[in-house]
Amino acid sequence: MKARITITLKPGVLDPQGKAIAGALHALGFGAVGNVRQGKYIEVEVAESDPERARAEVKRMCEQLLANTIIENYAYELEAA
Amino acid sequence: MKASIIVFPGSNCDRDAAVALEAATGAPPAMVWHGDAELPASDLIVLPGGFSYGDYLRSGAMAAHSPVMREVVKRAHAGTPVLGICNGFQVLTEAGLLPGVLMRNASLKFICKDVHLKVERNDTLYTSGYAEGEVVTFPIAHKDGSYFADETTLDRLEGEGRVAFRYSEKDGEITEGANPNGSRRNIAGVYNKTGTVLGLMPHPERAADPSLGGTDGAKLFTALMEALP
Repeated sequence: MKARITITLKPGVLDPQGKAIAGALHALGFGAVGNVRQGKYIEVEVAESDPERARAEVKRMCEQLLANTIIENYAYELEAA
Repeated sequence: MKASIIVFPGSNCDRDAAVALEAATGAPPAMVWHGDAELPASDLIVLPGGFSYGDYLRSGAMAAHSPVMREVVKRAHAGTPVLGICNGFQVLTEAGLLPGVLMRNASLKFICKDVHLKVERNDTLYTSGYAEGEVVTFPIAHKDGSYFADETTLDRLEGEGRVAFRYSEKDGEITEGANPNGSRRNIAGVYNKTGTVLGLMPHPERAADPSLGGTDGAKLFTALMEALP
């Protein structure tokens, strides 16, 4: 299966990169742009056909390495590879 | 004192740390490669600065899970002093040995300059060579040095006397202007609960010889040597 994992900064955690992106978008003339938050997207192939087991495995990966849960939230979806 | 310095792929202050430690202790520390599962008997373990694993994913995240770190974490829990400088501090937070996390500098820029630091207390393994409240000058060289922890954690750290150094003015005043990277409460370094693990972003080993432009950092290594004969 393939896991599509999105990692985002928790609300309230300052995101200077998001701010800089917003500034650059404004400079390009995108006047409608408000707050911008940036994050990470990771795809992981998992040799596991049982969705429940794959789900548990991906959750452990996020908790142990892929996200730093002090500052980041993670979400994922699974699809058949 | 037997010291070990852990060398990760991308470490670049390991030799500086070795030179500073040898100057203080008279004995060369053991250089331990990150892939080694065995760590020699050590009175002190140093995680040096650099860009371990190219800062992939998050600074220090990969190094925190390298084979040798399992042993470092075990030793730290058993009471062995562990000093993490710059990237070493990032590794210590990622490994869960110190609270909080080092985030991208508020300016988004890599900052390399001397900073003034206020020594919060001098009754620790690392700071007995300084006066309480003394202002020292160490260089910083980082892009991910903005210390972040939630307010509850910050209050606890302050309440338990676990802030080691704060970015300050030359006279010791803690101001917004003296904060180079957006760190919460100007925190530049923190201790674990027992005061045996210290992580700090500034580089004492780069201020440990007159030819480097300053010697304030040397006292930290001398203090360790006196505390850990």
